[in-house]
Amino acid sequence: MINLLYFARLREELDCADEALEYTPELGTVADLVAVLRARGGSWSEVFDEGETVMVAVNQEMGGIDSPLADGDEVAFFPPVTGG
Amino acid sequence: MNKISVQSEPFDLAAIQDALRCESPAIGAVVTFLGQMRDINEGEAVTTLTLEHYPGMTEKALQAILDEADQRWDLMGIQVVHRVGPLKPLDPIVLVAVASAHRGEAFQACEFIIDYLKTRAPFWKKEQTPEGERWVDARVADDRAEQRWRR
Repeated sequence: MINLLYFARLREELDCADEALEYTPELGTVADLVAVLRARGGSWSEVFDEGETVMVAVNQEMGGIDSPLADGDEVAFFPPVTGG
Repeated sequence: MNKISVQSEPFDLAAIQDALRCESPAIGAVVTFLGQMRDINEGEAVTTLTLEHYPGMTEKALQAILDEADQRWDLMGIQVVHRVGPLKPLDPIVLVAVASAHRGEAFQACEFIIDYLKTRAPFWKKEQTPEGERWVDARVADDRAEQRWRR
């Protein structure tokens, strides 16, 4: 499984805080995962549109579109951070 | 000693600063940065600010920033406190306190830590205004501030 987390504006727009997704070897990188999520349509295709700035963390470390994925990973998507 | 705290409770700047400076008589300088909530942003009145974070990653991201500060400068203790949850104008949001033998390193490290925190630690601000709620957008100026420290 891949444990997915969504934060802040993304969580609200997707109306989803977390979910577990079946892991398949096709989910090689974050880019593959984003393609799966975008294909859900509706707010998913809007949030993960090419023009949107979405940050990703894999196992609680900042990652990128090319970050590799493995079964059991925790993947979080969120907007640019605004702390401090 | 370095200490990180992500908490909903208020914090006492004076007590934290005192604990840090008393850790060693070799400490000659303590620089603190305090960020507090403003009642106006982007020209609109803000009544409440709600801070969300990514429990687990937040602490790791802050620890990574402190580790990098320790590598770059000769420091004698860092304390970072960041509040989460609902806040009102004038509420302190974040405290960065850095101790070193001399002021130069503490000043630089303190600014480095808050600059990196703003672009790398997973916190998000949501503002409540008379016109409704809105998520705060990331600022280009914060990215530029972080880039100054790249090497």
